[in-house]
Amino acid sequence: MIEPRLKVATCSLAGCFGCHMSLLDLDERLFDLAERVELDRSPLTDIKELGECDIGLIEGGVCNAENVHVLMEFRARCKVLIAIGACALNGGIPAMRNQFALKDCLEESYLRGVGLVNPQIPNDPEIPLLLAQVHPVHEVVKIDYFLPGCPPSADTIWTFVSQLLSGQPVALSYTQIHYD
Amino acid sequence: MSAEQCFTLDGRRVPFQDGQTLMAAALDAGVYIPHLCFNPEFAPHGSCRVCLVQVNGRVQAACTTPAAAGLTVQSEIEELREMRRGILQMLFVEGNHVCPACEKSGACQLQAVAYYVGMQTPHYKHFYPRRPVDASHPEAVIDFNRCILCELCVRASRDVDGKNVFAVQGRGIQARLVVNTPSGQLGATPFSIHDKAAQVCPTGTILTKHRGYETPIGQRLYDRKPISVVGDVAQLPESRGGRRHD
Ligand code: SF4
Ligand code: SF4
Repeated sequence: MIEPRLKVATCSLAGCFGCHMSLLDLDERLFDLAERVELDRSPLTDIKELGECDIGLIEGGVCNAENVHVLMEFRARCKVLIAIGACALNGGIPAMRNQFALKDCLEESYLRGVGLVNPQIPNDPEIPLLLAQVHPVHEVVKIDYFLPGCPPSADTIWTFVSQLLSGQPVALSYTQIHYD
Repeated sequence: MSAEQCFTLDGRRVPFQDGQTLMAAALDAGVYIPHLCFNPEFAPHGSCRVCLVQVNGRVQAACTTPAAAGLTVQSEIEELREMRRGILQMLFVEGNHVCPACEKSGACQLQAVAYYVGMQTPHYKHFYPRRPVDASHPEAVIDFNRCILCELCVRASRDVDGKNVFAVQGRGIQARLVVNTPSGQLGATPFSIHDKAAQVCPTGTILTKHRGYETPIGQRLYDRKPISVVGDVAQLPESRGGRRHD
């Protein structure tokens, strides 16, 4: 009998997709993974609506209203929610803007930036509103597992995912945990 | 002379000399107790609390507790590991530690101790304090975002360099490291990169200018082996990935 595959959804909030690239670095191990999981909503699929999932992987922190919405939806639909990468864990590089007022950041980029023609701050209603500060995901929803790294290496992700899928306690080796 | 005086540390007999602290005796015996504000070259400060141990069941800082014969000391127990993790997490959220953008990453004692105590996440709500970066000195830069107020630079500058360049101002959550000049700028002080104060910071706060990211990832001080094996960055010669300029 074929065991039903676990449903996994992933998303990149205020991140750089580096953690997703690291996931793709699993290379041929992706075949093993594909036998055990089925991707739901993810930048790697074209599924728009998040279904009921077993595992949700969150890359990136929370920098705008859409991020908050997606994160809360992931929490509501995923049994286990995993924060992956420095940005999800502590805001990371995007949170360096927390040193400045949002207004100053926008003006620096869109009004005073080099080589701008017709400088203006974008305000199309389709663009999600920025939050005053960038936040790590655990400040918005409960997170079940944290995987540090910028990004965590494919080996780290593999160890973590294998242990999780086989129901073992997660135990990473010394070289698999780093904050950069 | 009677038999050596000893206490037990996690079941192991550790000898000590009169006047030694638990930390100093453990260090001599080659047993690692995690620490940040302690540096064997300076008088203990007892402020970071990372070296908490149980002494006959009572939690005390190993760096300030005098060794005594017959004490039962425990260090590597889950209860203490959890406390230490909590302390590290508070240190991380209290400052701005963006390790991927820090030149000290990989050879940072704060980061290495966090790895040692198994910190997976900073856990608490981040303060994101707004703190300055001082690049006024030709040889060094100070990024106050990473300071943990261990006062090692304060002690080194005052007690070894005789320059008194650094001080801690304010109390409680307002406490912050300042440079002892009217302008508050490091460039206006006699600070030199060859000072002891330039070599003791356990974080990436005080950095040498014009060099950075020199060691590839994977070969940095704490990339392969934990701090309990490698030792403190400030105690190692530069040739071994440490910070000494001698
Ligand atoms: S000082 Fe250490 S812990 Fe802080 S950002 Fe730099 S490497 Fe990370
Ligand atoms: S600058 Fe470094 S040595 Fe000085 S108090 Fe801060 S963390 Fe400690």
